[in-house]
Formats: sequence, structure tokens, C-alpha cells
Amino acid sequence: MERHFEASLRDLKNQLVLMAGHVERAIGNAIEGLKKKDFTLISSVYAIEDTINQESMTLDETCVKLLALHQPLAADLRLLIAIIKMNTDLERMGDLAVNIAHDSEDYLQGTPLKQLVNLPIMCAEVQGMVRESINSFVSKNEKLADEVLQRDDLVDNLKSKIKNDVAEVLKTRPHDVNQGLHLILIARHLERIGDHATNIAEDVIYVISGKDIRHGHVARTK
Amino acid sequence: MRPLLDVQNLSAWFGKQQALKNISLGVNPNSVTAIIGPSGCGKSTFIRCLNRLHEEIAGAFLQGNAWLEEENILSAQVDPVSLRRKIGMVFQRPNPFPSMSIYDNVASGLTLSGIKRKSVLNEVVEKNLKLAALWDEVKDKLSQAGSSLSGGQQQRLCIARALAIGPKVLLMDEPTSALDPISTAKIEELINELKQEVTIVIVTHNMQQAARISDKTAFFLLGDLVEFAPTSELFTSPKDERTERYITGRFG
Repeated sequence: MERHFEASLRDLKNQLVLMAGHVERAIGNAIEGLKKKDFTLISSVYAIEDTINQESMTLDETCVKLLALHQPLAADLRLLIAIIKMNTDLERMGDLAVNIAHDSEDYLQGTPLKQLVNLPIMCAEVQGMVRESINSFVSKNEKLADEVLQRDDLVDNLKSKIKNDVAEVLKTRPHDVNQGLHLILIARHLERIGDHATNIAEDVIYVISGKDIRHGHVARTK
Repeated sequence: MRPLLDVQNLSAWFGKQQALKNISLGVNPNSVTAIIGPSGCGKSTFIRCLNRLHEEIAGAFLQGNAWLEEENILSAQVDPVSLRRKIGMVFQRPNPFPSMSIYDNVASGLTLSGIKRKSVLNEVVEKNLKLAALWDEVKDKLSQAGSSLSGGQQQRLCIARALAIGPKVLLMDEPTSALDPISTAKIEELINELKQEVTIVIVTHNMQQAARISDKTAFFLLGDLVEFAPTSELFTSPKDERTERYITGRFG
């Protein structure tokens, strides 16, 4: 017989995965809107973010109830703690998708700068990290979570390259500094989303193995 | 750190039925060690071996060693009665001597060993009622019967009585299972204070209690010691799948 608590945990995981789906969509719409110069797609991000915020609050409330009523231990405790943290990361990703949407709208209203090859690469990489971090949680796959961690450096490098590319363009077009800033900020938001995906991957490893690998630290090896 | 109490290869039987299987476990001085496990796992038997109560049961016997500092307390040469002055015990249900006053309950260990001087007894009674966090509640009614107190107060009286003979180790067998949440919280707070004075081994069915009050936790199952680890580790990342299953309520 499945215990009530196990059913509640399963529902909670489903809630988180549903919210993660909305976060992926918000990030995807912001990026696609920028690529296709589609203002309708970009503005859809704001409504999705409202949904994400509601889901985040509901998740928090459920977590507090489960902690208070069931006082979970061991793997159950690790899962619940990780979900609380992942919830925060996902909610922040939603905010960053909104930031990308704002900067994209402003950028698209001005004169476009030269096509930046690294921006689409970075977008794809960050979307991949988000997707795989969630997949590693759903499939309890430590190896997949570890692969997400390995991708973080690549995203950081891409952000630096974009910043340098923009600086190079602005040398010949100094009056387009605002346009350049929007692109740098978009790269910055993407990089932060990658950081949150990394946090989620670290939480997945903690749930599975009990190892705390944040900041290069291994607190406990099973 | 050298354990104060070092149990080595302890096995215990009730007739043909083996209740403990080759248990080895070290208890650090001035620490609280919790023993958890499902009913019938041997946790009460384990602590009853440590002050030689196990062998009082007809047909029960044990083998193995348990060193309290330099003395093997399971050796046949050790007198169980004198051992119990070094290893005291508090039971599940408060059991003050019903015909004795609060004062006499605490002083009983000393008076039984021939100490009669009132000044000594007064000092011991006050000191240990204070240690048991009961003094303020009973100082004006020391001559009343111990049984007139509430359940939680009676249990603290039993703790004061056990402490009065100056044990090195205090064994507690589910000391709060018959108490309400407020009395339980007082006893838990007391345990935390008492470890400055005495080393505590507590059997509890309440895992949250073990998590709150103990430094190390031992998980027993079917007479085996499955896992013994710092409490914070055992309750967050147990190494053994059986521990994991028990503390997350999958069985037991």
C-alpha cells in the first residue's frame, strides 16, 4: 500500500516538473522571439511568468506542509530540501526570461548590430542545460546531472566572447552603445540561467547520493 | 576519542532465541547515543545487558565484553549491584518508590549504602533535583509522596534518583513514551544539559527525538547493529539501505 506521504511527494515532483516546463517555455519564447523579431511571442513570456510565480508559491506552501506534518528523514528529507531549492532556482529563471524579453523588445526597436554568431550558440547551450537538469531530476540520473555541471564553463566562455564581440562592434558604432548593452545583458541573463541549471543539477546529485558538491566541496560520500 | 563504554562482540539470548548478534559499539564520554529500531530489534535488550538486568530473566544469558574504562562490566567477577551504581537506568514508565517522599526517593541510593548524615543528604538531594530541573517545582514540598507529582515530574524525579548515586553512564529506556509533549520537551532539554555530567544511552521509538537529542545513533534490526553513525549523517544520508527504509517509514 502506498503511504499518503509517498503520494504527496509524487504529486510535489509532478508540480515541480510542470513548473519547469513553463520555465523552459518562457526561456524558449524569449529567445525565439528575439531570433524571429516576434513581439507577440516575446510578450507571451510575461503571462507565463505569472503562472510560474503562482506555481512557485503553491510549491512552497506544499513543502512547508509536508515538512511540518511528516517530518521526513533521509532520502525523503533530501528530496524535499532539494525541491524547495529547485523551486527558487526555477522561479529565478522565470524572472530572467522576463529580463531577456524586456531587453529583446528594447533591442528590436533599435537598429540591429552585426549578427553575433555566439548568441544563438549560447541560447542553445543554456536551453540544453535547463532541459537536461530537469531530465536528470525526473530520471534520477546522476551522470546526466554531472554533464550539466560540465557545460557551465562553456556558457561562461560564450558570455565573455559575446561581450568582446559587442565591444568590437561598438568601436566602429559608438552611438549604438544602448543596443550593445542590451545584447550584453541578454548574454548575462542567459549565463545566470545556466548558473541556476547548475544549481539544480547539484541538487539532483544531493538527492540521489547525499553528496554536497557545491563550490567543489564533497561533504559526504556514500 | 577513546570511548567511555566500549562494547565488543556482545551477543544475548533468551533461551534458544538470540536477541543480539555480535554487537560492537563505542560510546564517547559526555555524549548522547540513541538506539533506534523496530519493536523486537534488541535495542532494550542491548541497554539491559549494559547494567546486567538482562541476566535477571530466567533462561537469559549473554556473551561478549563491555569495557567501562578499565573494567569489563560483563565479567562474572563484577557484582551487578555495584555496577548499577556506575551505570544507572531510567525506565519507560516513571517508577518513584510510591511510599517514599520526594526527598527520600532522591536520597534512597545513598541511605541504602549507609550514608545517614543529614547535611550530606540535603546537599545531594538539592543538587540532583536541580540537575533534573525539578528543584524549583518541588523545593517547598519535599516531604510529599513522589507519586503525588505529575507524570513528567515523576520521570524527572526518577532521573534525579538515578543521578544521586553518581553514575558514569545513564541508560534511558524510552523515558518519554508515557509523557505528554510538554513533559517530553522538558526531559529532552534536560538530557541535553545532563550530558555535561553523565554519558547517556537512550532507547527511543521516536526518531525525531533521536535526531534532536543525540550525538550518535545506532540502528538495530533483528538483533544486528546495522548502522552506527553521527546522528546528523544517519538521518540525512544513511549508508545502509535498511536504515534508509526504516527511517523513511518504509517498514517497521
